[in-house]
Amino acid sequence: MGTYGDAGLGLLDDPTRRAIFALLARRPCSVGELARQLPISRPAVSQHLRVLKDGGLVISRPEGTRRVYRLNPDGVTALRAYLDRIWDDALTAFHKAAETAPVDPEQEQR
Amino acid sequence: MSPAPTIPPIGGTVSVSVPVEQAFRVFTDSFNTWWPQQYHIGQADMAEAVLEPREGGRWYERGVDGSECDWGRILAWEPPHRLVVTWQINGEWQFDPDPEHASEIEVRFTADGPGQTTVEVEHRLLDRLVAGQVIHDTIGRGGGWTALLDGFAKAVVNNG
Repeated sequence: MGTYGDAGLGLLDDPTRRAIFALLARRPCSVGELARQLPISRPAVSQHLRVLKDGGLVISRPEGTRRVYRLNPDGVTALRAYLDRIWDDALTAFHKAAETAPVDPEQEQR
Repeated sequence: MSPAPTIPPIGGTVSVSVPVEQAFRVFTDSFNTWWPQQYHIGQADMAEAVLEPREGGRWYERGVDGSECDWGRILAWEPPHRLVVTWQINGEWQFDPDPEHASEIEVRFTADGPGQTTVEVEHRLLDRLVAGQVIHDTIGRGGGWTALLDGFAKAVVNNG
């Protein structure tokens, strides 16, 4: 099962996959329920879900006639992927801030 | 209980075209200006994220309603080269005061030249967060992550 290691990381670089991941964090959903909340088609949702599932972030199980998706309760991969995303965003923002911050002349003197 | 470290650390590196002192200063003093606003744990919207500039200091957010939520503690304060803080946010996105459940973030600032600095971030001891059990429980039930990710989802969906 594709859990530890680097599996899962990078999968959330895609904004639609991030949205799906975040929606599933709120509650388990079927493909149809996800598609209703997103500006993409059901086949597109299914395709993203397959990628998230292969990466170990999401699991699914049949419920009656439909299949319900939720975050992998193992949690480790999901947690890691999410934290990775936070740092990615944070460092991008830091990079911008550092290079646009006014230079402190006193700092330069020391 | 000392769980075997099975979850590899997360890392990130960024190179900035500023002196090492300035990189450290922006990262710490100006933390509030660049930390992405959507990543916070309080019920209220975040007014400010604060990193106290000393060993043993707090790392926390202040909400627009004045409430404060801790994120962790400053373990090492070594300007302008090194900073270590704990990340004690559990799977329910609440501060977990138990040091056994604290993951660590180390930030290293290396001068590559007079005006160029490499900043490396390592977020490690992630097992300790999971050892808190909450990750299992809350993600499994579809709760927990909810509080924080709710805002995140909205932002992502709205911008998508």
